Amino acid sequence: MKKLIGLVIKDILKNKVILIYTLFLAAFGWSVFGLESSTAKGALSLFNIILLSVPLVSIIFANIYIYNSKEFIELLVSQPIKRSTIWNSIFIGLLIAINLAFLIGIGIPVMVFTPDTIGFSVILTGLFIGSIFTSLAMMSSIIAKDKARGIGVSIMIWLFLSLIYDGLLLFFMFQFSDYPIEKLMVLFSSLNPIDLARIQMLLQIDVSALMGYTGAIFKKFFGNFYGYLITIGLLMVWIIVPYLISLRKFNKKDL
Amino acid sequence: MNRFFLVFIFFISIFYDLKSRSLQVGSQHPFKSIKSALESANNGDTLLVYAGTYKESPIIIDKKVTIIGIERPVLDGEHQYEVVSIKADSVFFTGFQVQNSGVSSINDIGGIKVYDRRYVTIQNNILLNNFFAVYLQYSRHCLVKDNIITSNAQDEQNSGNGIHCWKSDSLQIIANRIEGHRDGIYFEFVKESVVWRNIARNNIRYGLHFMFSHKDSYFSNIFENNGAGIAVMYTKHVFMANNSFINNTGDACYGLLLKDISDSHIIGNRFIGNTIAMFLEGANRNKISKNVIQENGWGMKVQANCEDNHIYENNFIHNTFDVATNGTLVMSYFKENYWDKYEGYDLDRDGLGDIPYHPLSVYSYVIEQNPISMLLFRSFMVTLMDRTERLIPSVTPEAFVDLTPVVKPYKL
Repeated sequence: MKKLIGLVIKDILKNKVILIYTLFLAAFGWSVFGLESSTAKGALSLFNIILLSVPLVSIIFANIYIYNSKEFIELLVSQPIKRSTIWNSIFIGLLIAINLAFLIGIGIPVMVFTPDTIGFSVILTGLFIGSIFTSLAMMSSIIAKDKARGIGVSIMIWLFLSLIYDGLLLFFMFQFSDYPIEKLMVLFSSLNPIDLARIQMLLQIDVSALMGYTGAIFKKFFGNFYGYLITIGLLMVWIIVPYLISLRKFNKKDL
Repeated sequence: MNRFFLVFIFFISIFYDLKSRSLQVGSQHPFKSIKSALESANNGDTLLVYAGTYKESPIIIDKKVTIIGIERPVLDGEHQYEVVSIKADSVFFTGFQVQNSGVSSINDIGGIKVYDRRYVTIQNNILLNNFFAVYLQYSRHCLVKDNIITSNAQDEQNSGNGIHCWKSDSLQIIANRIEGHRDGIYFEFVKESVVWRNIARNNIRYGLHFMFSHKDSYFSNIFENNGAGIAVMYTKHVFMANNSFINNTGDACYGLLLKDISDSHIIGNRFIGNTIAMFLEGANRNKISKNVIQENGWGMKVQANCEDNHIYENNFIHNTFDVATNGTLVMSYFKENYWDKYEGYDLDRDGLGDIPYHPLSVYSYVIEQNPISMLLFRSFMVTLMDRTERLIPSVTPEAFVDLTPVVKPYKL
C-alpha cells in the first residue's frame, strides 16, 4: 500500500498541475500579507480564497486525476491486490498531494505572518475543506460514468455547496422570518461543510458582532469547546462518508 | 490705625484657628465612638479616627468637620443601615473603609450619602458591598475623588449605583474606580459637572448612565466590560473627550448609546471591541471627530431620526460593519474619515481619496431587517452582493457617503 501511495504521489507530481496550484497559492498567500495593512485583514482575504478556490481545485483536480488513471487502475485490479487497497491508496495519495500543496502555498505565509489562533484555524479549515472536496471527487467520479459527466457533477457539487445552498438558506430566512427559525437555521448551516468552516472563522474574527442577539445563539452552539468538537466531527463525517460510499461502489463496480 | 487693624485681624484669626480642636477617636483614645466625638465637636473641628471596626451606623455628620481615618478604620452598616449621612456643608471625609450598607427597595440607602449640601469632599475611601456607594442629592460644588468602589451586585433589582448623583450641579467626580455595581456613575439632573479619570468596569448594567444632565464634561475615563455598556440620554451640551469604551459586548449593549443627545462633542475617544460602538438615536447637531473606532461589531449605528450630526476625521478600523442604519433617510454628514475597507485611489496625492466611499454595506442592511442572516455573513454569495452594491448602490441610501475619505489613518 505504501508503494502504491508513493506511485500515486509521483504520478500526481508528474502532471505539474499540482505544482502550478501550489505556486498560485503561494503567490496569493505572500502577496496578500504584503498588500493588506494588517495581518488580520490578510488572513480574512486568504480565508475567502480558501472557501472559494480550494474546494473547486480540489474537486476538479481529483476528479480528472481519477478519470485519467483509469487504465492504471484497471492494471492494478488485474494484480493480486485488494480493490479497497487500490482505492485507499489513490485517496490517500490525492489527500497528501492536495494538502501538501496547501500547506506549502498558504501554510508557510500564514505561519510567518499570523502565528496565532486565527492563522491556525485558517490552515486547519483549508486542510479540512481540501480533504472534503477530494472525498467528494472520489464519489462523483465513481457515480458518473464518463469524464464529462463526472466533472459536471463535481462542478455542480461545488456550486451547490458554496453558492446555491447559502442562497436557499437566505431565501428561507426571509420567507420564514416571522417564525422562530434560529435553531433550525443553525442546524441547516451546520450541514454544509463550507458554512461550517466559515462560521468557525466568523467566531474568531467577528466575535464582537456575534455577541448580538442572534449571534449569541450560534455562539452558544458553535463557540464553546463542544461546539468546536461538533464542528470537527461533522467535517470528519464529510470526509469519511462520501469516501466510504465511493469505496463501496468501487468494490462492486464492473470496470 | 490701618496697620493696627491688620494686626488685630491677624491675632483674631490665630485665636480663631486655635479654637478648632482635634478629637481623637479609637479604643485607646479619648473618644471611644465616632458618635460621641461628633456630639462634642464644633464646626471646624477635626476628628481623627484610628484603626478599628466601628459598627455604629447610621453615623450622621451634621457639623462642618473634617473626618480623617488613620490606617483605614472600617465603618460597617451591618447590612441594615445607611453607613454615613452627611448633613452639613464643607465636610471633608477621607481615609475610611465604608462597607455593608443596608439594601432597600423603598429608600435609596447609601454607603456615603450627602443630603442637600455644598462643598463636601469625599476622598480616598474604600467602599465595599454597599447598596448605593456614594450618593449625592441636591448637592453643589462637591468633590468625589480617589475612591475605590466595589460591590458584588447580582441583579438590577437588588443593587444600587456606584456614584449616584441627583439634582446637583458643579460636581467633580475624579479618579474613582467602580466595579460590580448596577451603574458605575449615574447622573440625573446634574449640571455643569466634570467626570475625569474614572474607571468603571464590570458593572452589571451601565458603566456611565446620565439623563437630563446638561453641560457636563467627561474626560479620560475608562468604561470597560459593563453589562449594557454606556447609555446617555436626553441631554444637551455634553463634552466627551479622550475616554475609552472597551469590550462592552452583548445583545442591546452599546459602547456609547446616544439617545436624544444634542449639541454635543464627542472627540478623541477610543471605542474598541464593543458589539455596537456608537448608537445614535434622535441625536442632533453633534460633532463626532478624531475617535478611534476599532474591532467592533458595528462601528456606528445612525438611526434615521438623527439630524445634522457631523462625523469627521475618525478612524474606522477592523470593524465587522463600519456603519449601519435603519431607514433610507440620512441627515448626518460623513467627511474625511479613514475607512480601512476603502479601496479607492488618490491620484492627485492630496491625502483624500478620489472616489467617494459608501460605508454602508448592503448586508448590514439585510441583517438589520433579519438578524438571523448574520449566519451567512462572509459567505461567497454575500460578498458578491456587497461588491455589487458598492459599485451600483441601489438598496442603501445614496446620501450615506463619505465624499472625501482619507487614504491614510489619522495618528490618534
